[in-house]
Amino acid sequence: MRLPAPLREALRTFRRTPLLSVLSVASIGFSLFTIGLFALVALNFRQSLRTLAERVEIVAFVLRGTPTETVTVASQDIQAFPEVLEVNFVSEEQALARARSELVEFKDAYRDLEANPLPASLEIRLKPKFRDAKSAQAVAERVRGFPFIDDVRFGRDWVQRLDRLRNLAGIVGAVIGLAFAIVAIVIIGVTIRITVLQRATEISIMRLVGATNRYIREPFLLEGAIKGVLGGLLAALMCWLIFVVFRKSAAEISGGLVFFGTPELAAGVLFGTAIGLLGSLLSVGRHLRHV
Amino acid sequence: MIRFQHVSKTYPNGVTALRDVSFHIAKGEFVFFTGHSGAGKSSILSLILAEQRPSAGDVRVSGFPVARLTANQVPKLRRKLGVVFQDFRLLEYRTVEENVGFALEVTGARREGIPGRVIRVLTQVGLASKARVYPKELSGGEQQRVAIARALVNDPPIFIADEPTGNLDERATRGIFQLLQQINGGGTVVVMATHNLALVRDTPYRVLELKGGQIVYDSAQEAATAR
Repeated sequence: MRLPAPLREALRTFRRTPLLSVLSVASIGFSLFTIGLFALVALNFRQSLRTLAERVEIVAFVLRGTPTETVTVASQDIQAFPEVLEVNFVSEEQALARARSELVEFKDAYRDLEANPLPASLEIRLKPKFRDAKSAQAVAERVRGFPFIDDVRFGRDWVQRLDRLRNLAGIVGAVIGLAFAIVAIVIIGVTIRITVLQRATEISIMRLVGATNRYIREPFLLEGAIKGVLGGLLAALMCWLIFVVFRKSAAEISGGLVFFGTPELAAGVLFGTAIGLLGSLLSVGRHLRHV
Repeated sequence: MIRFQHVSKTYPNGVTALRDVSFHIAKGEFVFFTGHSGAGKSSILSLILAEQRPSAGDVRVSGFPVARLTANQVPKLRRKLGVVFQDFRLLEYRTVEENVGFALEVTGARREGIPGRVIRVLTQVGLASKARVYPKELSGGEQQRVAIARALVNDPPIFIADEPTGNLDERATRGIFQLLQQINGGGTVVVMATHNLALVRDTPYRVLELKGGQIVYDSAQEAATAR
């Protein structure tokens, strides 16, 4: 079976100039790798923040003597708040048992108690997108409105600091990510331009013998797309190798690293293809306008 | 086939290459353009090939108005022209037959018909036995023959040769010139720019001499005046 002419021409270029082809695939690969590596760091940082945010919890202390039925009904009301994931009632006895098991250094003090000093409480966990200071504050205010609630705490300072960290990470991530993407696009554009210039004679001959711009452009676009795909796969492979190297050591420090899922990897390769295609389109288009 | 009417060409850098040039080349003619470097020969060929547009005046090639050609029309005009240059401009990584076949491929010719047409034209230029070799393995004269075969394979009504013998020895020059005469004998217009006055002097063909961007001598007009 004979391949279509543009594909045949594109593959012929790979055969004819293997070194330049390998270098341009490597250049695209390394450029995408810098973006991929940054995205991997950002992904893991976001994951860590998410893990931290899971600790955002509102504790509402119940007045002593409040009937259990009242608390149960109120729990159901609180559970219905749009921000709330779950509400857990901790009785006075459970609070004491937990204190005994968790605060071992005060074990003797708790054993000698004649009366339980710890109040019952409602532990309220928020849905992931509401784990910020503003939402926690809003829920706390509403819970405080129940007459049997003595006090509500949620570690305002800590949650506010987490908010600031999240905002800062978002801005820094966007700026650095954009800078990496621009640098990668420029490097890839220059690489593709070199391959176009290297074939300037061929292009001028094609034009002289009556080739249409479309005929000239097609193999370059295919070549750019193929290089983009290969560069994208190379970048994904390098990111995975880095991930494998650091996964083990990171597991000891934090909860372990996460890697891109299939959609993110596919998006990365697609991004490489798009850049290869766009770079070729611009380079060859510019060249055709000037010869 | 080719008509220039009051054509001037000034390049963006301000250099005026042609000033009020007018001539007409009829079907079947063989015409030499002579003159020193910078006289305007290359500018005339560039205008015929639609590589440049005239700054003033009208250029018509095989019916195409060069000044008003759209990007889509340029390839259509070029398919009516066969072109060879002093430096051959062959693709080094393609064999002789691939170089010639390439000119057919880019015009979208039917693939099955390409090998037959390539061999026919290589036979015409005397290189059928070297179809599978690469340009680097050929002499200068042979490389120019390949370039001529490439220019002829689409059966163009006009053949443009820009200093085709500039890089060749005397024997090869004679061979190439004979080939161009054969092409002209088939009814194709041949337009050749050359420095080689000895070659021009010994032929009966029309000569247009350029100097400072103007035609200073046209052998056809001289003959008409003499008559």
